[in-house]
Amino acid sequence: MLADQDRIFQNLYGQDDWRLDGARRRGIWDNTKALLERGRDKLVEEIKESGLRGRGGAGFPTGVKWSFMPPEDRRDGRPHYLVVNADESEPGTCKDREILRYDPHTLVEGCLVAGFAMGANAAYIYIRGEFFSEASNLSLAIEEAYEAGLIGKDACGSGWPFDVYLHRGAGAYICGEETALLESLEGKKGQPRLKPPFPAACGLYGCPTTVNNVETIAVAPTILRRGASWFSSFGRENNTGTKIFSISGHVNNPCNVEEEMSIPLKELIDKHAGGVRGGWDNLQAVIPGGSSTPCLSKNICDDILMDFDSLREQSTGLGTAAVIVMDKSTDIVEAIARLSHFYRHESCGQCTPCREGMGWVYRVMQRLVTGDAEIDEIDMLWELTKQIEGHTICALADGGVWPVQGLIRHFRPELERRIIARKTAAGEPAPAAAAAAE
Amino acid sequence: MPKVTIDGTEIEVPGGITVLQACEMAGKEIPRFCYHERLSIAGNCRMCLVEVSPGPPKPAASCALPVGEGMEIKTDSEMVRKARNGVMEFLLINHPLDCPICDQGGECDLQDQAMAYGHDHSRFEENKRAVKDKHMGPLVKTIMTRCIHCTRCVRFATEIAGVPELGMLGRGEHAEITTYLEKSLDSELSANVIDLCPVGALTSKPYAFVSRPWELAKTESIDVMDAIGSAIRVDSRQTEVLRVLPRLNEDVNEEWIGDKTRYAVDGLARQRLDRPYLRVDGKLQETSWQDAFAAIAEKVKATKGERIAAIAGDQCDAEAMIALKDLMSALGSPHIDCRQDGAKLPTEPRAAYVMNSTIAGLETADAVLLVGTNLRWEAPLINTRLRKAWLQGGLQAAAIGPDVDLTYPVDYLGAGPDTLSAVADGSNAFAEVLKNAERPAIIIGMGALARADGAAILATARKIADDYSLVKDGWNGFNVLHTAAARVGGIDLGFTPDAGGRDVEGILAGASNGDIDIVYLLAADEIDTARLGDTFVVYQGHHGDAGAHRADVILPGSAYTEKSGTYVNTEGRVQLARQAAQPPGDAREDWAIIRALSDAVGGGLSFSTLGDVRARLVEANPIFDKINDIEPWPWSAFGEPGTMSSEPLESPVENYYMTCPISRASETMAECSREFVAGGDERTGTDG
Repeated sequence: MLADQDRIFQNLYGQDDWRLDGARRRGIWDNTKALLERGRDKLVEEIKESGLRGRGGAGFPTGVKWSFMPPEDRRDGRPHYLVVNADESEPGTCKDREILRYDPHTLVEGCLVAGFAMGANAAYIYIRGEFFSEASNLSLAIEEAYEAGLIGKDACGSGWPFDVYLHRGAGAYICGEETALLESLEGKKGQPRLKPPFPAACGLYGCPTTVNNVETIAVAPTILRRGASWFSSFGRENNTGTKIFSISGHVNNPCNVEEEMSIPLKELIDKHAGGVRGGWDNLQAVIPGGSSTPCLSKNICDDILMDFDSLREQSTGLGTAAVIVMDKSTDIVEAIARLSHFYRHESCGQCTPCREGMGWVYRVMQRLVTGDAEIDEIDMLWELTKQIEGHTICALADGGVWPVQGLIRHFRPELERRIIARKTAAGEPAPAAAAAAE
Repeated sequence: MPKVTIDGTEIEVPGGITVLQACEMAGKEIPRFCYHERLSIAGNCRMCLVEVSPGPPKPAASCALPVGEGMEIKTDSEMVRKARNGVMEFLLINHPLDCPICDQGGECDLQDQAMAYGHDHSRFEENKRAVKDKHMGPLVKTIMTRCIHCTRCVRFATEIAGVPELGMLGRGEHAEITTYLEKSLDSELSANVIDLCPVGALTSKPYAFVSRPWELAKTESIDVMDAIGSAIRVDSRQTEVLRVLPRLNEDVNEEWIGDKTRYAVDGLARQRLDRPYLRVDGKLQETSWQDAFAAIAEKVKATKGERIAAIAGDQCDAEAMIALKDLMSALGSPHIDCRQDGAKLPTEPRAAYVMNSTIAGLETADAVLLVGTNLRWEAPLINTRLRKAWLQGGLQAAAIGPDVDLTYPVDYLGAGPDTLSAVADGSNAFAEVLKNAERPAIIIGMGALARADGAAILATARKIADDYSLVKDGWNGFNVLHTAAARVGGIDLGFTPDAGGRDVEGILAGASNGDIDIVYLLAADEIDTARLGDTFVVYQGHHGDAGAHRADVILPGSAYTEKSGTYVNTEGRVQLARQAAQPPGDAREDWAIIRALSDAVGGGLSFSTLGDVRARLVEANPIFDKINDIEPWPWSAFGEPGTMSSEPLESPVENYYMTCPISRASETMAECSREFVAGGDERTGTDG
């Protein structure tokens, strides 16, 4: 278990003062100037060495991402921007929210440090519209930082001018996709952009931009202070560091907790969330990384490690590390059908497969809930999800069909059982159950 | 020049192009819906997917991917076929498949591509989506259930037409293309979205349920509604012209046409002169060609040549004009003019009365001064070129005369010629802009030239051209914008007063005070017919418009779709229009009427075929031998300085939708006038 002194977010539960004084007591803003004095390249190098991977879901190495920004000798006069993605809307995920309301100064300091490391003089924080009090806390924190000279014309006395702007979204899930977020920030309809060009070449207002998750930015100053080797001492190789896990669903004590990467799922649930309701054996399935990652059946949950690579081996992902626990009382088919509804509703409507396919998937899922379908429609549904996945501009469509793929992968017998039961009840000849899924 | 491998064949392609373009160069057809060469890349239909390595193990949208050195592209692999089949299936699940009642049937991209990538049956058991139709004005009919959300129309309206009135509302399945406020698409180019729509969501309202594309005879021709000379395709069935579509001509209209060009053709079936008429006891009565000719001959033989005059209209073909010119000189009349609006256009040098920069050349201009013109209404497709120049390179535009929204920023300098003088003497700030520009241009409209001080304005413009280096090596920025399709050709072939001859003003003055006894109107309707006094008026034309009402003898001619004619556009480009339909009733080709009349009046015209007339044209001016060709004209002296009045310059076009006998006879154009010019939204239930 992660030792208390190794937790980056010391006020995750809001027990302490979230404002500047409290933050300073916890070591935030402690000689930030010295961090900046190390220089751009050193900071990026250190983050690369720490092995920090993006905390927003895709897990792209953060240091590498920062290094895509044009270096000082190749700047072409355009400003650089840091954009912080605080549009946390993935069902099940509530980690950024706690940072924003109880530890906003970690983010503001992170903006300065990360912004400096990529040559940006401005950071835009795009915060989910529904996060009202979070936006309020964050804007107070930004004000405090300005007043204390921590950011502004001469941030922390370093001579580096740095501004932080807060922008509230209007409630569209798709605006959490980095390029849709940029569009929305520019005042346009939030629709993902084509890539290339990538934001590092042509992002916000056509300028080099890096979009990072709140947690990614907020952990950066601590990593730099305590060193890459400290951070990389946690977790397995390539999956290093600490991470906030959001545990929700059928556990005795739903919570957010900062833990070491690669912690076994069972240990995470038992130690921090008070165990599965009704005991571990009452577990039916777990969605390991936010609603878009495919669910896992209990037998896999028994010994899986919570990190990027281990979950990837099981055809799912760490995502945002939002663990949704479902015990045996859950109607798993209906639960996944509800997720299909969500993704159908949140599709931006640009790409054909996502616009048309999500509705189709949702409608078939609805029928599967009651068993009002044919057995071979399960195969068709699988094929549909494969027809959607990987054929669109952004990853929303992928995330939208993965839960369905997870369902078919692990719960096909349940789907077939419902179809056969319904047919039997209606007096129709029962079809033979097909072979188990892959 | 990156080298790429496409389906196993190595090919070198220019850098900076997309994979889709590279595949086209390699002769591979890539299916697409959203991609269009002239619009920005949307990449949303996902039909153009190809397999590219190196890259992620999934298909890539070829329309949006730039080519890179050493790319290996597969356009027909298993992965690609599966991906496209999948996309096609998704496109079709919510598409109504009402092809039998869809006007797009037979020329539908979705239909065509479904043949290649569609399944033979549907796996979609759910209900299809239905979408409410949207109001987009009198030209564009919408059946939005058919929409596949490619957003071509949105991008056209925003980028090319410059009216950001179309957009996509809603999200996901509920996304709908709309004009936001369900208001008519207020652009002279609005109907181009019909051509762009790959399915039957946007179709032609006036042409709804009229015909199938395979029933139509297709004739490649030239438009005469304005002086741009857009390349068009005239689709006709038997004697009827049913629709006009744009044809590709990069130098002139790219692939767009104005709404008037497209929709005025229903006027071809109305108000037509289909037999000769003779005025007897003050009333026009039907007559035969012989009697009509006899009546003219009787009058002409009793009249001296110098008391006869002829005016040619705005849509005359060069063949008819040369025939009439020859007839008039045989009769001894020097009084001929083709500038019926009285434009003070010099007859030489040619550079003084054409658009020297060329239409395509204006795209490269970096500063332009518009004088007395509303480009949007006089030449919408030249306006799109300037808009493009502004979008691409930051064109600086300024206007003197009408203050109108041209869809790009225009520095409005003033209303009258005094502002032009201020630019000429350098006291107006825009003089600096012209001076410092690489490729400065001036565009003088007929609103500046068709007035008493037109010659002085032309001379001032010439002074600006000389003083601010508008004319230099490889660039001539002096441009005259015509509004009449016949005008440049008329001047080229010399349909202007001979020595001692009267111009239009002189002819009308002579007609009202009795110096002129016979006036021959060759489809000339834009003159003040009240000033024709007691003269004997011969009207040869195709519509019962102003000229025919005043005529003593009417000779029924043919409209531009009913004859093979030569037209010279405002750039001085000689183009051939082709006959798409027969003229109605007894109407004949215009040059042939004049040839026949010549026998009756003893005019002695000798040509007997169209070839002969064209040979005569070339003899009159060798320019007529250079079809579609254009070259820079020598910049020699013209322009006589004079005093300019302070009257504001106004556009000659008061209503874009009604500028000629054909468009005035068109019901569609009448409806457009109501909607866009008269403010259609304010109509109440008691109107009409």
